[in-house]
Amino acid sequence: MSTRLAKGGAYLNRQKQVRFSFNGKQFTGYEGDTLASALLANDQVMMGRSFKYHRPRGVVASGAEEPNALVNLGQGGKFEPNQRATTTEVFDGLACTSQNHWPSLEFDIGVVNNYAARFLPAGFYYKTFMAPRAAWKHVFEPIVRQSAGLGKVPRDRDADRYEHFYAFYDVVVIGGGSAGLQAALAAGSAGAKVLAMEQTAHLGGRARIDGGEIDGMPVEAWVAGAAEKLAAMPNVTLRRRMMGAGVYDHGYVLGYERVTDHAPETAGPRHRLWRIRAKQIVTATGAIERPLSFAGNDVPGVMLAGAVRDYVTGWGVSPGDRTVVVTNNDDAYRTAIALKGAGLDVPVILDARGAGGGALAEEARALGIRIENGKGIAKVRGGKRVTGVAICTQAGEGSVLEEIACDAVAMSGGWSPVVHLWSHCGGKLIWDEAQAHFRPDPARAPTSHDGKPFVIPAGSANGPLDLAGVIADAHAAGLAAARAVGCAPLDCPLPEVAPQPEAALEPVWLMPQGAGPKLRMKAWLDYQNDVKVSDVRLAAQEGYESVEHTKRYTTLGMATDQGKLSNINGLATLAGQLNAPIPAVGTTTFRPPYTPISFGAIAGEARDAVFQPLRRTPIHDWHEAQGAFFEPVGHWRRPYCFPREGESHAAAVKREILQTRNSVGLLDASTLGKIIVKGPDAGRFMDMLYTNMMSTLKPGKCRYGLMCSENGFLIDDGVVARIDEETFLCHTTTGGAERIHGWMEDWLQCEWWDWNVYTANVTEQFAQIAIVGPNARKVLQKLGGMDVGKEALAFMEWKDGRLGEFDARAYRISFSGELSYEIAVPASQGRAFWDALLTAGEEYGIAPYGTEALHVMRAEKGFIMIGDETDGTVIPQDLGLNWAISKKKEDFLGKRAQERRHMSDPDRWKLVGLDTLDGSVIPDGAYAIAAGENANGQRNTQGRVTSTYYSPTLDRGIAMGLVHRGPERMGEVIEFNKVDGGTVMARIVDPVFFDKDGEKQNV
Amino acid sequence: MLILECPYCGVTAEETELHAEGEAHLKRFGPGSDDAAFEGYLFMRENPKGVHFERWRHSNGCGKFFHAARCTMTLQVFGTYPAQTLEPPQDIRDRISAVYPGWRWRDFA
Repeated sequence: MSTRLAKGGAYLNRQKQVRFSFNGKQFTGYEGDTLASALLANDQVMMGRSFKYHRPRGVVASGAEEPNALVNLGQGGKFEPNQRATTTEVFDGLACTSQNHWPSLEFDIGVVNNYAARFLPAGFYYKTFMAPRAAWKHVFEPIVRQSAGLGKVPRDRDADRYEHFYAFYDVVVIGGGSAGLQAALAAGSAGAKVLAMEQTAHLGGRARIDGGEIDGMPVEAWVAGAAEKLAAMPNVTLRRRMMGAGVYDHGYVLGYERVTDHAPETAGPRHRLWRIRAKQIVTATGAIERPLSFAGNDVPGVMLAGAVRDYVTGWGVSPGDRTVVVTNNDDAYRTAIALKGAGLDVPVILDARGAGGGALAEEARALGIRIENGKGIAKVRGGKRVTGVAICTQAGEGSVLEEIACDAVAMSGGWSPVVHLWSHCGGKLIWDEAQAHFRPDPARAPTSHDGKPFVIPAGSANGPLDLAGVIADAHAAGLAAARAVGCAPLDCPLPEVAPQPEAALEPVWLMPQGAGPKLRMKAWLDYQNDVKVSDVRLAAQEGYESVEHTKRYTTLGMATDQGKLSNINGLATLAGQLNAPIPAVGTTTFRPPYTPISFGAIAGEARDAVFQPLRRTPIHDWHEAQGAFFEPVGHWRRPYCFPREGESHAAAVKREILQTRNSVGLLDASTLGKIIVKGPDAGRFMDMLYTNMMSTLKPGKCRYGLMCSENGFLIDDGVVARIDEETFLCHTTTGGAERIHGWMEDWLQCEWWDWNVYTANVTEQFAQIAIVGPNARKVLQKLGGMDVGKEALAFMEWKDGRLGEFDARAYRISFSGELSYEIAVPASQGRAFWDALLTAGEEYGIAPYGTEALHVMRAEKGFIMIGDETDGTVIPQDLGLNWAISKKKEDFLGKRAQERRHMSDPDRWKLVGLDTLDGSVIPDGAYAIAAGENANGQRNTQGRVTSTYYSPTLDRGIAMGLVHRGPERMGEVIEFNKVDGGTVMARIVDPVFFDKDGEKQNV
Repeated sequence: MLILECPYCGVTAEETELHAEGEAHLKRFGPGSDDAAFEGYLFMRENPKGVHFERWRHSNGCGKFFHAARCTMTLQVFGTYPAQTLEPPQDIRDRISAVYPGWRWRDFA
């Protein structure tokens, strides 16, 4: 039985009871309980099942390192899987369920895997699912998916709110144990601006549980005093329930604050992600106890010795009436003493060391506890709960000397410093032979922008495990951090702590050391991913000698706990099998976050309307009011079409096109990029930027131009207007304005910085509206003002003037093949001008059209679209645009690349029109198939579709595509794949489908 | 996340405020250049574990391009300097030499 003790529990508020449910059962706990301590207090030792074998599992640890006790927490929009019971504070109304079982925790079908375990060794999945290929899809995958474990996927939208904080500190202290507090005191007293954070709700860490005296007072009192002193320092911020999640380049730290997880009804965000810049970081992150590898070390009731002590002393919980302690070090004796002090029975302490323990062992012996030196556990008895242990000699192979009945086992294999945050940004480790752990190598710290170390490990995170050593180390770390940020350390004395000498630890990587295969198969290393000693040995035998390979082959340390318990034991097992020293095997890479953080915290406020900026044209609100169907183009939303009541999108597009082709339509073209290029050298610069000759363009004229990258590939196109001798206005694609402006600046700043040219992106300064169709001129003439007649404003000309009440710049350009004007007015007048056009055009049935109509009409005319006809591998020559490439210019961006051999290869795929024999629309992106197969057994291809639409003007499908030697093959019929598996035949034709001679636009 | 100082506006900016623009001190080869020179300009890039020269743009700030000399391994920044130059300034070279005597990067030392 595990139960609540009548007395004790430093973390508890026994005045306040809380009710919660686990798998539908109602339980009670106290304020201050974690879910794990509250479940133990209610004799719910079994908390879940393991991932692979579905073995019954209980809580093994008491903090962030817990691998077993994971639950589905909450309901609906507050549901979250894989929450550690040990770090979840209970509150009134908490509801959770256990994971990895079906149909119930007590009776689980998947446990059959456990009995088949000998057939499911390391690499089983890799080996089994390789062949036959078809079996994966039809047999293995459905089974694996059904039984794949861990928590359920949330179904509802996250109902909580999250936020980001940006913060800047001299010194960030991570960890609020005795070391963190002392480091913060030292740095704070020196005047540094300090942020100290503690991941749990309690300050003081292990020291509060383990006891002792600091400065002549009990640890409990010293911790309270330290917290008070820190609170009184205006330069120090101390936060609880905040974890140092990661340390990154140049002192960037992520702090993960769980603001209301423990009290969901309070106001405020659930989590807060602190994005911190620190000059110095002190990692006072403590140490994690290692399990011992003996058979049955995963049976519910087997726990870490430190965790047992936490539950007894911190939460007033008895993990069992009779607890066997098994250890290779002195620290676990504290657990035996604590149990005894709580009135519980410790039938025996099994000390694997032949010589046994030191002063603490004497203390335990004085309490009347039986101690067996040189002994270990051969096997734990029990299935869903520990019922006893079989004792053996550690030096032997596991012959049972004695059976001892017990209902809990407290194990300790020594302590490993939490080096994660030290390692995140490149801090290296050294192997400490005496403590049998990796600790930070002070000579190889992470370095910052100035080449100097910026992380200082403190306390047991740096190696020392005794209170005196921890306090002294943390004190030095705090002062060093203050000094590094330029603070002169003030008078902050080192607290006095009496040394508590301990006997040396003796590494134990397998218990008993000669355990045979049967025992090794039940000796767990990684509880969460079900990796055993036998699996790591098998991996080594099969040649996975690198620790990174072994990890991936066995999945050791790859679960949500990232191997916090299993890492060192796994490495040592691998090293043993390879007969190599442990430091030669090395560690796997520690990556942030330290423990999983919520996606909500990462996203912060960036969701829904504020997910990303939304750019709106001056006419956007009108589009919205009309019920336009929008499509995203960059950060803009552009109307795709303007469907009327009961009208489908396809019908709306058709109507918009026919209205425009037959009378007049309006397009909001404000999103088109508009960049001014100005200066004495502007013409010279434009000639480099565009493939065409731009310097010869006369003021008042427009010219269509192409821009290429230095690779020769087409990157943007648009109409250039020459404003005056020194000034050009370049139109770019909607998505390209910022990119092209940056491109121009790049060349001006970094290559031709002696040229006198200035650029400005004026895209948002103007509203630009296209008036398109046979009646376009009549509409403008109704407004009155400047002469827009055929001679006064010829095709490819522009002029400034007044149109009605508006200052306007009129460009006579066309992307539809119709008589067309694009009118730019100041952005502030855009909406009024749009309204004026609608009124003036009323008698012609004027109507707006969207981007789809725009696309169809340009395709009918064979005009290319950047991103459809181009994909970063297409040169202008592929698109039949040789007329836009100057032969006179010595140089332009992309010219040298276009001289490369494969760029002039006649075998390139080139642009043609595609006319389906049956008039249907070819699927977008369809490939033209050719005879034969390639080396991979795939059908050869000879071209692909780049644009394909139903043309309302021609009432049939039209398409453009890039086809092998296309222009030489006019009239030939080729075959295109369809999505449904069939094919469609299409004739190669000229890409201009409509009004080839341009009669409609030249009126 | 790196911090670099923009040599134009003097702002010490986080990486989110900047945009990485690839290797610095590339010499452009245009029409008439031979294939090897052009290939070097267009495709061949350093990938050092150590001293490196990069182009950055203060894209969410003053918009200027600048150069940074830094160590890709230790993340030490030896300095940033304007883009209107063909080679790294001497004071930055000296700072690199103090840490990595005898360093070489392309033709610079």
